Amino acid sequence: MILIDQHSKAIMEECKRQARIAGLSFSQETLEYIVTNKDMIELSPKVMIPTLYDYWVNDVEVLKGKGKYLVYPSNPYETVINTRPAISFYNDNNPDWLNVMIYYHVLGHIDFFQNNALFENTWNDDFVGQALSDKRLIENLRIKYGRWTDYVVEFARAIDNLSGYFQQLSVNNYPEEKELSSKLDYYFQFFLQEELKVPEHIIFNEISRYNNLFEKDPHVAEALFFTSIKEKHANFLSLYEKYLSKKQSKPQAKKDVIEFILDHSLFLKQENNQWMKSIISIVRSTSLYFNPQIRTKIINEGWASYWHDKLFRSDDRMKTHEVAFAKINAGVTSISRVGLNPYAIGLRLIEYVEDLANKGKMTWGYQKLLNIAQKEDFNIGLNKGQESIFALRKYFSDFTLINTFVDQDFVDRHDLFVTGKRYNPQRQTIEYYVKSRKAVDYKKMLLDSLYHPPVTEVNESKTNEKELYLNHLFEGKQLVKEFIPDVMVALEFLWGGEVKLETTEIIAPQKQGGELTYKSVIYSIKDRKVSKSDKA
Amino acid sequence: MKQKFSEAIQELLYLGLTYDEAKLVLENNQYEVIFNEHQLNKNIYLNDDFDMLQDRSVQSRLSPTSLKTLEDLIEQDNQRVKDGFPRRIRIGKLVKPTKDNKGQVIIVPTTTEPKFYHDNRITEDPNDLGETGGTGDEQEGDILGEQQAQPQQGEGEGQGAGEGGGEGHDISQEAFDLGKVLTEQFQLPNLKDKGQKRSLVKYTYDLTDIKKGFGQLLDKKATMKELIKKNIMLGNIGEYFNAEDLIIAPSDHVFRIMSKEQEFESQALVFFIRDYSGSMQGGPTEAISSQHLLIYSWLMYQYQNRVETKFILHDTDAKEVEDFYVYYQSNIAGGTKVAPAFELVDKIINEEQLEKDYNIYIFYGTDGDDWESDGKKTIEMLKHLVGKVNRIGVTVAKNSWSSSKKTTVETYLDKSELLNTHSDVIKIDAFKADGVTQDRIVEGIKKLVS
Repeated sequence: MILIDQHSKAIMEECKRQARIAGLSFSQETLEYIVTNKDMIELSPKVMIPTLYDYWVNDVEVLKGKGKYLVYPSNPYETVINTRPAISFYNDNNPDWLNVMIYYHVLGHIDFFQNNALFENTWNDDFVGQALSDKRLIENLRIKYGRWTDYVVEFARAIDNLSGYFQQLSVNNYPEEKELSSKLDYYFQFFLQEELKVPEHIIFNEISRYNNLFEKDPHVAEALFFTSIKEKHANFLSLYEKYLSKKQSKPQAKKDVIEFILDHSLFLKQENNQWMKSIISIVRSTSLYFNPQIRTKIINEGWASYWHDKLFRSDDRMKTHEVAFAKINAGVTSISRVGLNPYAIGLRLIEYVEDLANKGKMTWGYQKLLNIAQKEDFNIGLNKGQESIFALRKYFSDFTLINTFVDQDFVDRHDLFVTGKRYNPQRQTIEYYVKSRKAVDYKKMLLDSLYHPPVTEVNESKTNEKELYLNHLFEGKQLVKEFIPDVMVALEFLWGGEVKLETTEIIAPQKQGGELTYKSVIYSIKDRKVSKSDKA
Repeated sequence: MKQKFSEAIQELLYLGLTYDEAKLVLENNQYEVIFNEHQLNKNIYLNDDFDMLQDRSVQSRLSPTSLKTLEDLIEQDNQRVKDGFPRRIRIGKLVKPTKDNKGQVIIVPTTTEPKFYHDNRITEDPNDLGETGGTGDEQEGDILGEQQAQPQQGEGEGQGAGEGGGEGHDISQEAFDLGKVLTEQFQLPNLKDKGQKRSLVKYTYDLTDIKKGFGQLLDKKATMKELIKKNIMLGNIGEYFNAEDLIIAPSDHVFRIMSKEQEFESQALVFFIRDYSGSMQGGPTEAISSQHLLIYSWLMYQYQNRVETKFILHDTDAKEVEDFYVYYQSNIAGGTKVAPAFELVDKIINEEQLEKDYNIYIFYGTDGDDWESDGKKTIEMLKHLVGKVNRIGVTVAKNSWSSSKKTTVETYLDKSELLNTHSDVIKIDAFKADGVTQDRIVEGIKKLVS
C-alpha cells in the first residue's frame, strides 16, 4: 500500500477546490493509497479496514475465493473508508482523467460521511487507529487464552447485528424542549391510561381540551388544565410525585442485547472471565461503526454519483474524454433492466427530489392538484433544488429516502417495475416477469432489499439472574430457522445460563391458494441443548 | 426473438465489442435477454466502487496466500467438536457455466456466520421465487425472459454461479483435496488394502528422453532451434542471412533416446448410475449428485487420484455419458426401469475386461421408483454383479410426496435377501431428499462405503 504520487495528489487537491466551490464540505486532510492485488486480498474480508482484528472466518473467505471464479464478499465496503483523515484506495493504472472523475465520486462520499446525521457518532473517530488498538488487544488475548478468544469473538459476532444503533443515535439530538412537561406526560401516558384506564375517546377529548387552552395562551395553559384535574382526582398529585421519584432524569438509550449481557451476565462478571468483556465491546462497537454505512448505501452512492457526474462534466479536464466518460458513467448509473443498481436508484431519487424542489412540487399547492395535465406542467420556479438535496444528504437514510420519495410519478418517469421470479412447472423454467408497476409495490420491494436485522430485545420482566428472556418483535418475517440454534449456543455461552427466545413462525399453506398462518414459539437452550415449544 | 444472455454476448463479442460494451448493450435493452440467475440474486450491497468505477474484477482480489490453511481450519473444526460446539467449516460446490455451456464444478470451503436474519423464503405460492427491480416498457404480467430450471446449485450461504471465462478448474483437480477433507473431517473410513490389485505400476518404453550429441533418433525441429539460437548469439543471423553461413557443432544435434517410463495405473473404477427420470426432478437429483460427487472425491483421495469413472444415466433405458457435468445436469421426463442400467454396467465390464484390472465400485442413486415392481431382472443382474465388484452402494433419495413406507426398489431388495447374503458388497441408504443436510449425506456415504 503506497500513497499516490505528487502528480495525482495535485489532481485530487484541485478536485477538492472545485467540490468546495460547488458546496460540498469535508475536512482538508485526506489520504489516498494505491492498492495492489495482494493488498486487496487482505482488505476485502476486512471490509477495507486495513487494521481490523483478525478472525478465522476471514481466512475462510480468502480460501473460498481461491476456488471461486466470482466471490461475493459478505460485507459492503467502499473505496473510501470513513475515518479521520478519510482514506481512499485506487487502482494503479487509472488514467488522469478517470482519476478526476473518481476523485469527485470519492469526495462525494467523504462529504456524505462527514455531514450525514446517521454518521454523527463516527464524526470524531480515527477508526483505523481505533481498530488497530482493538486488533492488538485481541491479539494479546489470543496469546493468553488461545482458541477461547476466537470463541468469544464468534459468539459476540453471532449477536452483533442486534446492537442498538438507532437507540444510541436518537439520544444525541433528543429535542427535550419539544417534550411535554413531565406532569403532562405523566397525565396522558400513565395516569389516564394506567391508573384510570379510561376509554380512548376520553383521552382524545382531554388532548383537545389541552390544545384549546394552549392555543389561547401557551403560558398559562398547563396551570389552567390541571386546576380542574386536581379537583376531580384528589390523588393525582401524590401519584405524580411517586412517579417522579422513580423516573430517570435524562433520556437514556435503551440497552441493546449485547449491552444487557455485558452488564448483567454473571458468567462475564466472574474474575477470570472479565477479559471477554473487552472482546464483546470491540465486536459491538465495530458493528455499530459499520451501521451508518450499510444504512445509507443507496443514498450515499446516489450522492457520490450525482457529484461525479455534475462536477466532472463542468471540469475542463474532461475535454477529449467525453465518450469514455459517457461509457463509464452509463455503466455505473444505468438502471438495471432486471435487478437493482443502488447507484442508479440513488442518483435518480436525488435528481427527482431536486426536480420536485426546483418546480415547487413539494408544496401544498401542488399536492392538492388532481388534474394530471396540471400536475405535469406545474412549475412555480421555486428553485429550491440544491437546498433540498443538501438537506437529503444531511438528514436522510436509504429507508427515509425511499419511503418518502418513491411514488407513482417517480416509478413512471423511469419505467420502473417489480420483476417477479417464478417457477413454471409446465415448462420447467424459471420465469422473470413484470409483476407490478405500482409505486407501492416497487417501494415495498426496495425496502425489503434494505439491511434490517430482526429487532430483538431483552424482556426484562421475564429475565432473572439465571435465565435470559429475549423477544423477537415480529415484523412479518420469521427468523431463518437454521441459524437459531447456533445463535442460542452463543447466547447461552455469554449469558452463562439458560436463554429463551420468543419469536413467531410462519407456516406456509398446505395447498395452492391457501393462506399463511402464524404461530408464537419459544426456543430454549440449556446445557447446549436447544428445544422449541409452542407459546402457551 | 429471445436469446440466451451468453449467446447474445458471444454474438456481440464477435461483432468486435469488448465484453463490457456487449454487456452494456444488453443491459440497455437492445436485446431480449434471458437473464442469468445470479444477476437477479445480487443484492445492492454487492455493488461497490471498485467494480462500478474502476472495473477491477473481483477475481483479482483473490490470491493463494492466506493466514490459515484449510488443514488448520479443519483441525480447528475438530477441536470445536471436542469443545462441544458445532462444526463451522462446510464443503460447498459451485457449478460455473462456461462458454461451451458445460460448466465446471468447483469445490470450496465455506462458512456462514450464524446470526438472527429475516427469512424471505416463505410465501403463499410455492412457485414464487422472489422479486427484484427492473425497467422497460412491458405491461404487467409480461414475461421478460426465462431460464432452464436447474437443480439447486451450491450449499451454504453466499455462493452463486459465476459467468464468463477464466482459468477453469476441472473437477478432478479439486476432488483430491475434497476427498482429503472428507476423510479427515468426517472420519470416513480408509480403504482396506486389496492385495494384489493394489500395486499397479506399469513400465513403458518410449523415445521421450532428450539427449544432445548422440542418440537413436534425430529431433530435427529441436536441432534447428538449437542451431538458430547459437547463431543468433554468434551474430550470424541479422535481418538477412544466408543459411550456408550458419555454423553447426556436433553437440547441437538433439536426439531422442529410449527411456523407461513409470506409469501408475488407475486402480479403482467407479460406476456412477443415476435415475434421471421425471420423478427425480429437484430434491432427489440434487441429493444424489451431491452424494456421488463426495464419494468420487473420497475415492480420489483413497486411490491417490488414480480413479477412473464412468457415468450412467437411466430412465427406461440406460446410456453412458461423458462427464460428471452432464451426469449432474441431465433431466428427462421419462419413466423408470432400473434393470437396463445394471445390464449396461455388466456389458461394459465384460467388453472392456475391467474385472481383472480394477477394484470396481458401483454407486446407484434413485428415488426408489421402478416400473418393474418385482424387480426380477434387476435382482438377477445384481446377483450376477456382486461376484465381480467390490461394492454396490444404493442410495434412495425419497421424494417429498412418497409415503414413509418402503419404495419399490427397497421392497424388492429386501425380498431378495441380497442385503443379507452379500452384506459385504451391497449397501443401501435411504432418506428423504427434501431438506437433506450435508451431514446426512456424508452419514449416508459412511453407510455405503463402510
